[in-house]
Amino acid sequence: MSNFSVGFRTSGSVQILDLHGELDAHTAAELEAAIQKCQQENQVRILINGSDLLYISSAGLGVFMAYIEEVRESGGDIKIAALQAKVFNVFDLLGFPMLFDIMESEEEAVEKFSEAKAE
Amino acid sequence: MASTTHTLTIPSSTRFLEDVREFVATHATDANFSKMSVEKLKMAVDEACTNVIEHAYEGQSEQPIDISIIVNKDKLTVLIRDKGRSFDRTDYEEPDLVQYAKSRKSGGFGVHIMKKLMDEVSYRTGGGVNECCLIKFRD
Repeated sequence: MSNFSVGFRTSGSVQILDLHGELDAHTAAELEAAIQKCQQENQVRILINGSDLLYISSAGLGVFMAYIEEVRESGGDIKIAALQAKVFNVFDLLGFPMLFDIMESEEEAVEKFSEAKAE
Repeated sequence: MASTTHTLTIPSSTRFLEDVREFVATHATDANFSKMSVEKLKMAVDEACTNVIEHAYEGQSEQPIDISIIVNKDKLTVLIRDKGRSFDRTDYEEPDLVQYAKSRKSGGFGVHIMKKLMDEVSYRTGGGVNECCLIKFRD
């Protein structure tokens, strides 16, 4: 029984993935499948909403690392929003804010995608 | 000095990582470690067990991993033991995030995370057993 799930929503042209539960070496494959699904549907403006993400290990972080270049090469991005403090600390520990847009709220992240589109 | 030991043995499958985190959280909380320290311990032990599953046992899912938590007055020690392949952790280098993304690598942060989260991380091998020792001192 997996303690992790991904919900799909859209906001305009942004694909939102709602992460629920704990992301570790066992459940990372589900996030990978979700990102691949977005790519197959040409939804490369991907917003990760982490408000219900309770835990992340390096296996979960590795999924973001593995896909970010590919998604950016197809004109999109993976932005991360609404992380709980304890989860943000893990992203921060590894220097993720240097490589990813990590916003406090989903609205800010959607806005950032709109700005990029307007440029 | 008095110490208390708690042990858990899991099969070498990632499906048991959740149980490992709960085991660590329960005993670290009972030992009055701060919430922040409990989170760090959970994660470091998860990373150590994931490494054993992926590298020592190379995906075999029924091999034993023994986890012992030893609580002392001033620190909490976690020993993670396996009988799999002994892999060289000494070639560890701090990962360059940008290079990682460029090469589309997804792994290799485990040891880095453990060293950032714990006060001491060490490995030893002997008698066919690999042992990873994680130490967290009280704040």
